[in-house]
Amino acid sequence: MAHLKSTRRGVLAGGAAVGAGLALPTIVQAQSYLNEPTGPSVILGFNVPQTGPYADEGADELRAYELAVSHLNGDGDGGMTGTFTVGGSKNALTGSGILGKKVEYVTGDTQTKPDAARASARSMIEKDGAIMITGGSSSGVAVAVQALCQEAGIIFMAGLTHSNDTTGKDKKANGFRHFFNSYMSGAALAPILADNYGTDRKAYHLTADYNWGYTTEEAVRTSTEAKGWETVAAVKTPLAQTDFSSYIAPVLNSGADVLVLNHYGGNMVNSLTSAVQFGLRDAQANGKNFEIIVPLYSRLMAKGAGANVKGIFGSTNWHWSLQDEGSKAFVKSFGTRYGFPPSQAAHTCYVQTMLYAQAAEMAGTFNPCGIVEALEGMEFDGLGNGPTLYRAEDHQCFKDVLVVKGKENPTSEFDLLEIVEVTPAAQVTYDASIFGGELGSCNPGA
Amino acid sequence: MDQIILQILNGLDKGSAYALIALGLTLIFGTLGVVNFAHGALFMLGAFCAVTFQRLLTLSYTFLDESQKDFLGNPLKVNVPYVNDWFGPEAGASIIDWSVPLAILFAIPVMIVIGIVMERGLIRHFYKRPHADQILVTFGLAIVLQEIIKYYFGANQIPTPAPQAMFGSFDFGALVGRDPGAIIYPYWRIVYFLFAALLIALVFAFLQFTTFGMVVRAGMADRETVGLLGINIDKRFTIMFGVAAAVAGLAGVMYTPIVSPNYHMGMDFLVISFVVVVVGGMGSLPGAILAGFMLGILESFASMREVIEFLPGINQVVIYLAAIVILLTRPRGLMGRRGVMEE
Repeated sequence: MAHLKSTRRGVLAGGAAVGAGLALPTIVQAQSYLNEPTGPSVILGFNVPQTGPYADEGADELRAYELAVSHLNGDGDGGMTGTFTVGGSKNALTGSGILGKKVEYVTGDTQTKPDAARASARSMIEKDGAIMITGGSSSGVAVAVQALCQEAGIIFMAGLTHSNDTTGKDKKANGFRHFFNSYMSGAALAPILADNYGTDRKAYHLTADYNWGYTTEEAVRTSTEAKGWETVAAVKTPLAQTDFSSYIAPVLNSGADVLVLNHYGGNMVNSLTSAVQFGLRDAQANGKNFEIIVPLYSRLMAKGAGANVKGIFGSTNWHWSLQDEGSKAFVKSFGTRYGFPPSQAAHTCYVQTMLYAQAAEMAGTFNPCGIVEALEGMEFDGLGNGPTLYRAEDHQCFKDVLVVKGKENPTSEFDLLEIVEVTPAAQVTYDASIFGGELGSCNPGA
Repeated sequence: MDQIILQILNGLDKGSAYALIALGLTLIFGTLGVVNFAHGALFMLGAFCAVTFQRLLTLSYTFLDESQKDFLGNPLKVNVPYVNDWFGPEAGASIIDWSVPLAILFAIPVMIVIGIVMERGLIRHFYKRPHADQILVTFGLAIVLQEIIKYYFGANQIPTPAPQAMFGSFDFGALVGRDPGAIIYPYWRIVYFLFAALLIALVFAFLQFTTFGMVVRAGMADRETVGLLGINIDKRFTIMFGVAAAVAGLAGVMYTPIVSPNYHMGMDFLVISFVVVVVGGMGSLPGAILAGFMLGILESFASMREVIEFLPGINQVVIYLAAIVILLTRPRGLMGRRGVMEE
């Protein structure tokens, strides 16, 4: 029988080895990624405008997020979890949360101010332990929060942001956008405008004096000029402007026969109201009917503009009247819960939450680098926009774009826009390099 | 030339709003000596009187129309305004169509009451406090008022169109012998300018030709002496606060078809209105009117494409540049009186 002879050195070495072995999982776990959920639940951060000019849009986003959370946790009718497919197969969402962890959420108020949005996102990440940040209703906010999430090592699933820059020059590896962009609006609108108004048109642009306005003007100019239109003038208008009469009044005598309002939100409501008041809808110029175009529509904006939107073309990311199975399931779920149809902002936020959850299930982890890998190049369907690709090169979704027109005879306060054409994704797809920027590499935050 | 006439017209309606708000501000400052930063909120409350009145007129009962479906495929809920039942569909629709002008009748008593409550409930406690305190408390009040409005009406703009009869525009160019179609101007903006002119005339007539107005003017000139004559000047000044609130409110009511109201619209006018008051001369009613129209027209000209191309950004600063120039050359403003805010 052999005797085990223990020495002081052996005990110390053995103790150190056992200690290191026991501590190893903790060390690895602590260093794997930021805010790794260790309990039975996972926290998502919904950063939406709860105060300020886009508070109503933010409220609709929050409704969609709450609906998405309840569907992920297995409550309600499941919404689009029943129609969502990835790579032609059913999604991995089982109604038991994400990766078996119950989904909980915290909310922040962006106030539609980049600084406030970054502060609320930071608070949700640092104090509440949010594993992902999503939401927003402005490109300025999206770019700012996306940069913060990249630095912190958190995934950012953008809400309503339409500027090319979000997935162009300001793109980040940790950031993803489902919403369409200015380039796509221009590419989808131009053929419809040429078909309806002809190729011999002279356009006058009024452009909101900030980043989104510039990219939208450029996109619409480029695409309409390619169809033969001429741009007579492009005038920048202050973001705080409310009465646009002094900008609208000279338009009729400028030689233009089309007015393009590169405005969003209150700017669009006010400039369109002024244009209609000044009789531009009924005017003639260059022997043609004078026309007005609003490149980016939202239902909430159309509601603010009232009857002024009738017959005016624009584009939108999604509309509740779509008849695909995903849209019908979402509208039914949202409408039953809240009593009215969802806006495009609500739709994109719901979809982004579902996509994040699916990516986590596919990756088997909440690690941002795993999520990035799963989302890059993901091809999915059944979420309301037809077959969609999350392009790996810029983290931008490519899908069909809707060209819409203000409805002549709305039947309700929600029935304001009608779909004129569903522009196929191929027609709005562009080379990822044209807007510059570098994705960089994913940051897990630890 | 056509562009110049057009921008003058534009400036007149913009100036009308500035002048009406500045008139109310000056009345309050001239009588009570209070720098009222909540005055923009009174303009906004007036606009929401129009919204409220429109909603009152469109109070409806609902029935289910089986022949139509809503977005969920259920029978459509159709709202029928009570006024349609009371006065018949055509008359009911006309009443709703004219809701903005009719809202004047609703807004006058509401705004006077709001003004008096505001003055008696809060502002009178700050008469003897420094102007900085007055500014802080009235600015805080403005924020509270706009948050209350946002809570009840939401953050989105609410369309409040002009009556159909005054919708659209007319050919002003043809009227003044220019080329047809060269100067097109909306009917409602002309209505707004005429309404503002009438309201200003009424306020001046009230101050000039009534005993009440005479006492108020005497109180503005020498409050102490009027008080020594046994006249309760405080009570009259409180009523003037109500009148000033009504003037701002009516300016807001009639402005709703020009810019659909939202909770923030008062703030958009507030700073410019103060500039108007200062440029016009603190405490000078004619100065406020003159400066209102002058700065409105100046702002319109600065928004012309040709001007912006020559001086980028001038449209955003022209009012303040004009204020600097005027205050440097005439430190008391255009029609300011010696001794006002100079202690």
